[in-house]
Amino acid sequence: MTDATRTRRAPGELVLSLRGVSKRFGAVSALTDIDLDVHASEVVALVGDNGAGKSTLVKVLAGVHQPTAGTITFGGKPVTLGDPGAALDLGIATVFQDLALCENLDVVANIYLGRELAPLRLDEVAMEVKAWTLLNEWSARIPDVRDVVASLSGGQRQTVAIARSLLLDPKLIMLDEPTAALGVAQTAEVLNLIERVRDRGHAVIMISHNMEDVRAVADRIVVLRLGRNNGVFYPDSSNQELVAAITGATENAVSRRATRIQEQNIQAQDAR
Amino acid sequence: MRTTTQSAATPEPKLLDRSDVRVKHAEGFGGAVSAFVDRIRSGDLGALPVIVGLIIIWTVFASLNPVFLSADNLVNLLFDCSTTGVIALGIVCVLMLGQIDLSVGSMSGFASALVGMLWVNQDWPLPAAIVVALGVGCLIGALYAFLFNRLGMPSFVATLSGLLAILGLQLYVLGSSGSINLPYGSAMVDFGQLMVIPALVSHLLALVPGVVILLVGLRTRTRRQAVHLSAPSVASVVSRVIAITVLLEVVVAYLNRGRGVPLMFGLFVALAVAMDYALRRTRWGRSMHAVGGNREAARRAGIHVDIIFTSAFVLCAGLAALGGVLSAARLASASQQAGTGDVNLNAIAAAVIGGTSLFGGRGSAYSAVLGIIVIQSIASGLTLLNLSSSLRFMITGAVLAVAVIVDSLARQSRMSHGRS
Repeated sequence: MTDATRTRRAPGELVLSLRGVSKRFGAVSALTDIDLDVHASEVVALVGDNGAGKSTLVKVLAGVHQPTAGTITFGGKPVTLGDPGAALDLGIATVFQDLALCENLDVVANIYLGRELAPLRLDEVAMEVKAWTLLNEWSARIPDVRDVVASLSGGQRQTVAIARSLLLDPKLIMLDEPTAALGVAQTAEVLNLIERVRDRGHAVIMISHNMEDVRAVADRIVVLRLGRNNGVFYPDSSNQELVAAITGATENAVSRRATRIQEQNIQAQDAR
Repeated sequence: MRTTTQSAATPEPKLLDRSDVRVKHAEGFGGAVSAFVDRIRSGDLGALPVIVGLIIIWTVFASLNPVFLSADNLVNLLFDCSTTGVIALGIVCVLMLGQIDLSVGSMSGFASALVGMLWVNQDWPLPAAIVVALGVGCLIGALYAFLFNRLGMPSFVATLSGLLAILGLQLYVLGSSGSINLPYGSAMVDFGQLMVIPALVSHLLALVPGVVILLVGLRTRTRRQAVHLSAPSVASVVSRVIAITVLLEVVVAYLNRGRGVPLMFGLFVALAVAMDYALRRTRWGRSMHAVGGNREAARRAGIHVDIIFTSAFVLCAGLAALGGVLSAARLASASQQAGTGDVNLNAIAAAVIGGTSLFGGRGSAYSAVLGIIVIQSIASGLTLLNLSSSLRFMITGAVLAVAVIVDSLARQSRMSHGRS
């Protein structure tokens, strides 16, 4: 799984830099003093347990939530991401965990939502062609782009959401659990896609619970725990180290289970 | 990214949108018919229920009193449709977003009172009085939008309080006399009561939709073929054009046997066509559908949701004011009764009966046209039968209930068939 040539690739130019970013929802601190750097041609995986603040961080960067404190620097300039449109205009595209698609609109309308060609006289033909091009680029299985999104399966919706994020050729793509709803082949396609986007010089932030996927494509693994930075790892870090950072203890459910199974195996061998 | 697309890699250039073998595509005339039946069965009813309903209503009334279908009665019916119909157009906008404006009746009454007061009592020029009335309507819409966007006040409550407050304003403007008569013979009253489109012009206008559909259809067909997308056959485009043109010409010819097509109805249809274009073919309309379907998704796509809500509330109140001005012209008076009673509910019922969903995200400008014709047909038919307004209210209520039931059943069916 680990690839020595890739793990320490020289990072490109600094694209995104967060310093001391915090987000409070009332009494709850969802994020506290988060620092994060993302370079061009780099895939950064954000990992952490449920409630670690991964999705909140992505939403802050997408302009959905505004941070309570801290600075965000994008492309060398400090920026405020006041609303999702501002983030999109800067070149930050996001595939949200809930996909954020309009079920009553067809695939083309969803891909171009808010970015329609010719605002006063929608160019449906050009939009449909571009939609097919985007979807065919990674052999997405969408039967008909004129179907409403409500008629698509979970995996198909995911492909639509990803195709939409690629529309504007963004500098930074964030994917929140991109493989959760996908089949085997589609998961591989998404991982290929992430690598292709990276090879084009774009930065990628990816959230995943699947350590296998994370190790397969990430150049750096940033661990969040209870809304705080909890270490930076590389794909060659051991699983134990990672799990310890995610759960916050060397003694945890995962390690206890591993020990128990190991003991059972030993007992079984002894019995034989 | 790969530079070659899938279609370029295959030896035989397939149509871009016909490459998936799992999808059944309608081929030819038989295919089109079976696709239509499938669409209806899955709950995507479109305008079908209202057209069926209209045929039933007209058959019943025509059999009870043959005068109902006479050209002169239908011309009167179209005059009556135009006033509330314009209000219903605005209701379509707010319903599209899953919101409501309950104050359109009061708004229309207030607008008619303003025009009467400024034009007749204060001797303002008529255009200025109308502009002020429309402007006040738009301002009130902007106020609703502010209450909704900034203070999070549900539109139901905001416009319900607006209903009372605006009615108060209307009574205040009219003062102690309680009613202002507009002068007969003036352009405004003639427009509301007499003016019809000249016969020749009306026949020419009836050709316009067909010509536009033909030209746009053929142009789209050429463009789609150029980029390897499936395109409708020339025959299907032409047959649609012929059907629409023949229908419109027959209707116009029949109305011209009476007084002719009311100019006011022409204005209403022109507004409906403009609204339909705006809702279907502009970024604003796409955003309206998106916000009505999934507000948060629309926001995350970078749509300024606040502006969309504001535009809908302003349009609705503005069109309600215009409807009020038209009804003042129709009645040749601005009175305390204007805009009260059933105006409010008729406008909302028209949009819903026409097929605009109460749940947001689905609707069309033409639903206001079809819906108001249904409601006015019932009113006109019962008047011809000399039945009291008590029965009219009961029957209109029942029709509205049926329309909403059809809407929710169709919605359930769409959900189970994976359509939205």
